[in-house]
Amino acid sequence: MDIVIENMTKTYGRQKAVDNISLQVKTGEILGFLGPNGAGKTTTMKAITSFLIPDSGKIFIGNISVNDNPQEAKKNIGYLPENNPLYEDMPVIDYLQFCARIEGIAKDKINDKVREVIQTCGISREKHKKISELSKGYKQRVGLAQALIHDPEVLILDEPTTGLDPNQIIEIRELIKKIGKEKTVILSSHILAEVEATCDRIVIIKKGKIVADGTVEELRSQAQGNETLKVTIEDGGLDEIFKALQLLNTVELVDFFDKSTQTFQVKSKPGQSSRRDVFNLCVEKGWTLTQLTFIETRLEDIFYELTLDN
Amino acid sequence: MKEIWIITRRELQAYFDSLMAYILLILFLGFSGFFTWIYGSDIFFVKQANLQVFFSIAYWTLFFFIPALTMRLLSEENRSGTIELLLTKPISEWQIIVAKFLAALLLIVAALVLTTPYYITVSSLGNIDNGAVFSGYLALILVSGMYIAIGLFTSSITNNQIVAYLLALSIGIFFQIIFQMLSSNLTGIAGGVTDYLSINSHFESMTRGVIDSRDLIYFLSVIVLGLVFSESMLMKKRSV
Repeated sequence: MDIVIENMTKTYGRQKAVDNISLQVKTGEILGFLGPNGAGKTTTMKAITSFLIPDSGKIFIGNISVNDNPQEAKKNIGYLPENNPLYEDMPVIDYLQFCARIEGIAKDKINDKVREVIQTCGISREKHKKISELSKGYKQRVGLAQALIHDPEVLILDEPTTGLDPNQIIEIRELIKKIGKEKTVILSSHILAEVEATCDRIVIIKKGKIVADGTVEELRSQAQGNETLKVTIEDGGLDEIFKALQLLNTVELVDFFDKSTQTFQVKSKPGQSSRRDVFNLCVEKGWTLTQLTFIETRLEDIFYELTLDN
Repeated sequence: MKEIWIITRRELQAYFDSLMAYILLILFLGFSGFFTWIYGSDIFFVKQANLQVFFSIAYWTLFFFIPALTMRLLSEENRSGTIELLLTKPISEWQIIVAKFLAALLLIVAALVLTTPYYITVSSLGNIDNGAVFSGYLALILVSGMYIAIGLFTSSITNNQIVAYLLALSIGIFFQIIFQMLSSNLTGIAGGVTDYLSINSHFESMTRGVIDSRDLIYFLSVIVLGLVFSESMLMKKRSV
């Protein structure tokens, strides 16, 4: 089921939390929602789950309008809210059974379903404990289990990996990727590496507006423009190599990256690649090319550039 | 209807898990039993085979206990954020409100059912008016429903249980005492209105065995108003 947001605006008092956002997420897509604190990520997600009613704009889950038919829309959504609220006084298994019942799962299937999500989320050993006794990571898993219990078509995860240890983060990421193949997933996060590792597409929002939208690669090429290479050449004089590189037709700028290992940073001219020229130069001069790699703009840099004020 | 029952069951479970239910049952039976049978102008003092004494004791006991029962219902959900979880499940605000109302009401009904030994004892002592007993219990349930609705509303407007309790008590005290006091000092329309608003006049006649539609309308309308206000508080949260 696709998620479609059309011109959604939401204001708190005089502050616009979300400003005329339009967005479409397709089935099988994992969308990473990035943005500084207070950019409107959570507000957007709450509006999709119909918890918040936007001031204007429309949201559709598949063909169902969230505004007109929230009960039907909610059936298709699994939601892990920010801060992961849970009924702390309930044992895990009772809580999941309660959620299963509320989602309208048939009586004879409830136990199977609960067993299934307990298995997927790795909480078998904790299932009889009270939720208040669990560590933060396990609570997070219970929250995820609760969101998955009715096999929803759409998953909205607000910071799903907060409080998890590195191993758990990897597990949850794998889980989200697996689920994301057939479902539509929106997840928000502060951890850029996580979004990069899990998401097919990234949307960065700032002050309620979308400032970037695309795959990690697209965002990179947008932000970076010219190709930049890291080149290590041995068996030649440092200055000699430097000058020869500078003279190549496709090269715009050469800089020393690390003099001790004879590594250079080579920036190509716009729209051109200097990889072949660098290689041919080495062959011609009898130098040994030991490294030729792209220097990728890190997602952090893109994020920083796009969301910085001014 | 099914959804309502699922939430009601969870709330009842929470009452029993948190010992709240046991404390309420024990205190209610203790208080009402003590004052009905042992102390003050008790049943033996009245020398009549009726449950009037019990009804008026229960009337006051419930007045204090019910806000304690309802204060948690929505304020705790607001505080911990679980209300967001509930409202994003395929259920409506109204179903949540009604479910929570029913949970508290069922607990009160259970407490009242446990007082049937009183009825059995008194009926073996003399000729008891079964009609009056029935309408008396009905009145207690209606009064309870009214205070639960008020308590649910005060619980919906705050994150703090104590605030919810005190607010419920201070709204309740108008119906319990203040309107009655006003009505005895006022004349004309104001006197009539305050008399109608006071629980006392409606409750008294019902414990004597008179079931008047005016009384039923009074209780039911306060209950419905309380529930509707609570629902709109939940709705308001979503469009802030």
